[in-house]
Amino acid sequence: MEEESVTRKINNSFLRDHNYATEADIISTVEFNPSGELLATGDKGGRVVVFQREQETKSEPQRRGEYNVYSTFQSHDPEFDYLKSLEIEEKINKIRWLPQQNAAYFLLSTNDKTVKLWKISERDRRPDGYNLKDEDGRIRDPSTITSLRVPVLQNTDLMVEATARRVFSNAHTYHINSISVNSDLQTYISTDDLRVNLWNLEITDQSFNIVDIKPCNMEDLTEVITAAEFHPQQCNTLAYSSSRGSVRLCDMRKQALCDTHCKFFEEPEDPSTRSFFSEIISSISDIKFSHSGRFLMTRDYLTVKVWDLNMETRPVQTYQVHDYLRGKLCSLYENDCIFDKFECVWNGSDSVIMTGSYNNFFRMFDRNTKKDVTLEASRENSKPRAILKPRKVCVGGKRRKDEVTVDSLDFSKKILHSAWHPQENIIAVAASNNLYIFQDKVT
Amino acid sequence: MFPKGTKRKFSDSREEPVAGGEDVNQSNLAAVRMLSSYSLQRQSLLDMSLIKLQLCHMLVEPNLCRSVLIANTVRQIQEEMTQDGTWQIMTQALSAANAAAQGSADRLVATEVLCRQTEAAQGEQVPKPFPVVGSEGCPAEEVAAAEVGMTMSTVSPQAPTSYLPGTFGMDPCWEEETGEDDDDEEDSEECGSGSEGEERERDSLVEDTRTAEQVFGTFEIKNPAPSPDPALEELFSDVDASYYDLDTVLTGMQSVPKMGPYDLLESLSSHGPSPLSSSTSCRSDLNELDHIMEIIVGS
Repeated sequence: MEEESVTRKINNSFLRDHNYATEADIISTVEFNPSGELLATGDKGGRVVVFQREQETKSEPQRRGEYNVYSTFQSHDPEFDYLKSLEIEEKINKIRWLPQQNAAYFLLSTNDKTVKLWKISERDRRPDGYNLKDEDGRIRDPSTITSLRVPVLQNTDLMVEATARRVFSNAHTYHINSISVNSDLQTYISTDDLRVNLWNLEITDQSFNIVDIKPCNMEDLTEVITAAEFHPQQCNTLAYSSSRGSVRLCDMRKQALCDTHCKFFEEPEDPSTRSFFSEIISSISDIKFSHSGRFLMTRDYLTVKVWDLNMETRPVQTYQVHDYLRGKLCSLYENDCIFDKFECVWNGSDSVIMTGSYNNFFRMFDRNTKKDVTLEASRENSKPRAILKPRKVCVGGKRRKDEVTVDSLDFSKKILHSAWHPQENIIAVAASNNLYIFQDKVT
Repeated sequence: MFPKGTKRKFSDSREEPVAGGEDVNQSNLAAVRMLSSYSLQRQSLLDMSLIKLQLCHMLVEPNLCRSVLIANTVRQIQEEMTQDGTWQIMTQALSAANAAAQGSADRLVATEVLCRQTEAAQGEQVPKPFPVVGSEGCPAEEVAAAEVGMTMSTVSPQAPTSYLPGTFGMDPCWEEETGEDDDDEEDSEECGSGSEGEERERDSLVEDTRTAEQVFGTFEIKNPAPSPDPALEELFSDVDASYYDLDTVLTGMQSVPKMGPYDLLESLSSHGPSPLSSSTSCRSDLNELDHIMEIIVGS
């Protein structure tokens, strides 16, 4: 596995240099677009910031592919549900890009209740010379117009504007946790705690409920949906995970309501590690299909598991992310950290998987060499263009130099969201209100 | 910090024989047994979970996944404690403590009533005192009750709770209570309010009606766990299994005013049963509104 070297901090208005993190700036989702040219982040304040990769220039090869801010817009605003007297947070839960089909870029962003389709387009010309309006846009008095002219397109500075093209609302009673674009590029699903809805990207006033696990009697509720995703190639297949540690694969061709699954992935519980927290730590926080479509990765509190879609009984690989926390589950339950939802990502070739941990650590696992590494995303420990140093958590016994003890881990610094460039070895890691972008060593 | 979670040790929970668990003399031993470290840990975990669930009602947007996971944990502990027999002993001790201390209202180990709000019942019913359960109680029982009093009161955040019946003396009263349940059943589908003050009560109550629905029934003990002890079984033979049913339990406690969160926190620090808080107004209309709204959004 390649060494990750160049540390990049994006110094612009998006990142603060303050020591405290403004709550609204906390990044809540990170996503590359399918070409890797753009990187979108959503934050708790409902804003989306899109970064664009610079074109490589011969004159400055070391600045290969820096990401700079391309567009910033307010995607969602806080709302108030008057019927329930509840606030609806504007926090962006997920962003998913659509593959580019013309000059404009499209992405879906969602908060707890509403999904929006945004079009991001460039404008470098504007019409000039209107008859009824003057240059400032004020309406001219018709009596002062003495001649007619044809408006001419003038070149202007590049402007990137984002417009909301579709708003998909009022379809979810519970909080949306996932969205996933179908490979047919015409439909997508939005998932809340109890239901999965299928939408057509063109139609905003209609959605089809395809999975519903709400019991008739809410007293019987013991399981919720935690994530859902479409298969990357098969447009009829989707998978959703539950808080009980299971994944169900559904085929939409079988029936309209996919309550019965085609495949059920669950690993039997290990009785030797059973505790009161067993169920909580088995709750799956994220699922991702591999790019090949052959594997499925699930993230629960302590592990990442890779499943072969052809084998439902157990995962083909299990990686321990931070097993040293197993003895601290009671404390983590007390401070609610046990409910943190970590995401996991594949690299472009499905050979490496990555996920976050505490203390601003994140972990990478090479599926072929079986090697793993722990890295840290923090300003103090890495200078720009320095090679990231592998970190190690000391699990017992004597602490070596540079090792971190379990008790000194900072549980407020958690890396929940990260993304991997679809083709290259570039990763984006969100650490509260900071975004770190790491690249391969430049030779 | 709480001690780190440990695996269940079979030996810990079986230190004392449980034969004839209702025997008054046993409750003293039972209290001692409960002080064993596993039980303490389990109890503190239960307390923590209940507080988390109650506090979640104060949040603007309760997280359903988190609530369900905590509720499942609580149910798991409950089931285990029921199997152990410590559940009955605790409730009995608590009832004795209450009877001895106040001789009036009832209090259930409130895991089951966590999200209950007595709104409907408040204005209508007067708390009916149960007969003094501990009529056969003796100082030993009260001592045991006092020892577990603190833990018991922590486990009963929300007021209206009925007894998980542990003694025969409860049964006739129970039957009476359940008679009026059905009408109130729908009203009782409210979540216990975590309201901090009068002025916020309205807001949080509306939130709570929604969260109630979400967290509501997750404490249901569907079936009593099979007792491993034939003596216990014989003892409970005429205890109706429906007592363990959440609905019955919950609707039976309409009469008891709810306890607000500060009462709970106070009771955590105090070592006696908390004072009952005043009742709130009827919220059945909010429940209907919630129901109607559900239909509108097509849930």
